[in-house]
Amino acid sequence: MKCDIILAGVGGQGILSIAATIGLAAVERNLFLKQSEVHGMSQRGGDVQSHFRLSDSEIYSDLIPMGQADLIISVEPMEALRYLPWLSSEGWVVTNSVPFVNIPDYPETSQLLAEIGKIKNSIAFDADTIAKEAGSAKSSNMVILGAASSFITMPFESIENAVTKLFSRKGEEIVEMNLKALREGRKLTLSK
Amino acid sequence: MQKLLLLGDEAIAQAAIDAGISGMYAYPGTPSTEIMEYIQASPQAAAGNVQREWSSNEKTATEAALGMSYAGKRAMVAMKHVGLNVAADAFINSAVTGVNGGLIVVSADDPSMHSSQNEQDSRFYGKFAMVPIFEPANQQQAYDMIFDAFEISEKYKVPVLFRITTRMAHSRASVTTREPLKQNKLSLPVSKTQFVLLPAIARKQYKNLISVYEILSQDKTLSKWNTFSEGKKGGQGIISCGISYNYLMENIKGKKSEYNILSVSSYPVDRSQVAELVDRSSSVLVLEEGYPILEELLRGMLNRDVKVNGRLDGTVPRDGELNPMIIAQALGFDTTTGAAVPETVKSRPPSFCKGCGHSDMFIALGEALKEYGPGRVFADIGCYTLGALPPYNMVNSCVDMGASVTMAIGAADAGLFPSVAFIGDSTFTHSGMTGLLDAVLKNAPITLIISDNSTTGMTGGQKSQATGKVESICLGLGVDPAHIKTIVPLKKNHEENVKVMQEELAYKGLSVIIGNRECIQTASRHKKAEAEAKNKKEE
Repeated sequence: MKCDIILAGVGGQGILSIAATIGLAAVERNLFLKQSEVHGMSQRGGDVQSHFRLSDSEIYSDLIPMGQADLIISVEPMEALRYLPWLSSEGWVVTNSVPFVNIPDYPETSQLLAEIGKIKNSIAFDADTIAKEAGSAKSSNMVILGAASSFITMPFESIENAVTKLFSRKGEEIVEMNLKALREGRKLTLSK
Repeated sequence: MQKLLLLGDEAIAQAAIDAGISGMYAYPGTPSTEIMEYIQASPQAAAGNVQREWSSNEKTATEAALGMSYAGKRAMVAMKHVGLNVAADAFINSAVTGVNGGLIVVSADDPSMHSSQNEQDSRFYGKFAMVPIFEPANQQQAYDMIFDAFEISEKYKVPVLFRITTRMAHSRASVTTREPLKQNKLSLPVSKTQFVLLPAIARKQYKNLISVYEILSQDKTLSKWNTFSEGKKGGQGIISCGISYNYLMENIKGKKSEYNILSVSSYPVDRSQVAELVDRSSSVLVLEEGYPILEELLRGMLNRDVKVNGRLDGTVPRDGELNPMIIAQALGFDTTTGAAVPETVKSRPPSFCKGCGHSDMFIALGEALKEYGPGRVFADIGCYTLGALPPYNMVNSCVDMGASVTMAIGAADAGLFPSVAFIGDSTFTHSGMTGLLDAVLKNAPITLIISDNSTTGMTGGQKSQATGKVESICLGLGVDPAHIKTIVPLKKNHEENVKVMQEELAYKGLSVIIGNRECIQTASRHKKAEAEAKNKKEE
């Protein structure tokens, strides 16, 4: 079993909380993992990505070879498209449809969604609204992770445990809110 | 023994703590910053009373670490690759003095320049200084090697260079830790002249260094990290250095036995191991994350005896970091890629955070400079270098730490007026102060703008040595108090700030304008922490 994931977003959007959650879950499952992050200059509002590799056997490269990612998880629609050269022909794209506009030539959202629609396996949805309904817009990353979890070869329970562990320091209320966001996201793709 | 999920940087940090360091010294720089940050946050380091404050720059950090070593204790110093340029004087000479307590110098290279101004290869410095080098291929190796590096350092009384690259520094994997070692006790060097590099002593010490360097490659603690994996006789030979082994294995797992592979993770490399590889192989492909150092050695000046492929003949690109695809292509394998990036996708360069004080400084400066025209702003290394990008397009130089001040002096000497230097607070105390003294002494007609956000911002908000001291430093260096102006870069102060800048730009002598407003990232963090503390009190 292997699952290669590209996490995409804009510096400051917090893709690393998604990475941290999957990481904790992988440790609980005793899986091998490697996760490459971007620190430094790009974190100032530039495009950032993290290569996340899970496997039941030893992983060598910290970077996912092109054309071999099983999943792109993006918290922003344009960023979802930036890493298509890494996606395998059967891979999935799970992305927030809410744009983060910090450049003057940002394209029309409809154009981006049309491009995402052309990908064989893709789902784009408004994670911000779902997160708000679950309690806080801040947990939109957990909604996206929930939706993506259907394509991560790991029991959902492990991801739930990881969310609990990750947020436990912040109190029960925050844990519950994030779990709710995660589960709402999961519902979106359970049938896929 | 524990199993931890650690960045390469963090694995090095935890290993140093477990190997019994008494002092950690550093100046922030991507991709090395997390080493010090981890040690600062470590309860284990706190319990052991490990010294772990940021230093003013990489040179002061290296010297402090050498002093710790002088006193018999283990010390580590960490920096980004270009930081080693700043520390080079201390580093090269520490090889000649040698060490007492173990000393490791970590240099984190940034091939492909993700967050740097060049992609220099620190291994060159190791050879230059004639010290052993470790270059781990994965996080567990990084952890384990630190123990060996300290052992080697104390055995041969030399500093050790620990070289990593971005992907090693910033990739996370599981690491199994060891039982921690005790810290060394205070003990002075046996020879009281070991550290006195007067020529007569230095000549002796240098001869000693040369003789140590000659035997290092035979030391098992060092050479065990270079492994030869025998494949088909007459088959393809491969030398992989550091993490390039990972990219290689990604491509040839399951068929490793077809290749003769020398995996190199420590230097100097034992010649007999290279000879063994060359003798068994029809040709040798050299994979190095960085400069073609081993490749050049292997080719020699005449490049006649061995068929070598690598960066120098285009088998591997001449610059930039490696990845699995580059190695696949070098091996002649078919490669696949996914769909192309649609044209709709626009590039998204880094930019100032919303509400950043630097941006208000540039907007005001732009207006104040309008009457003089473009091409007169010498900037420096930090978030404010982003003033080079649209919509500001105002930065005309970014070279090395502190160069803004001194380049502005030189340009003013040539007749450019006004000549403006733009520097951040942390970079100012790193390497800008000495340049300012030059300016004071000749009353250079430059305008120095110190955009003081009370932090080292670009690397994520580390403590700045300059906090609360910028104005008094300028006064102490002798800047005329009438020409030190402090402004607060906020939109509402714009008109007033432009006026101050216009006045000082027109002044035909040295003036300093300090823009004083905390980085909005650290400000919001501080606010949050305060609120949390208040909540706790109320509970």
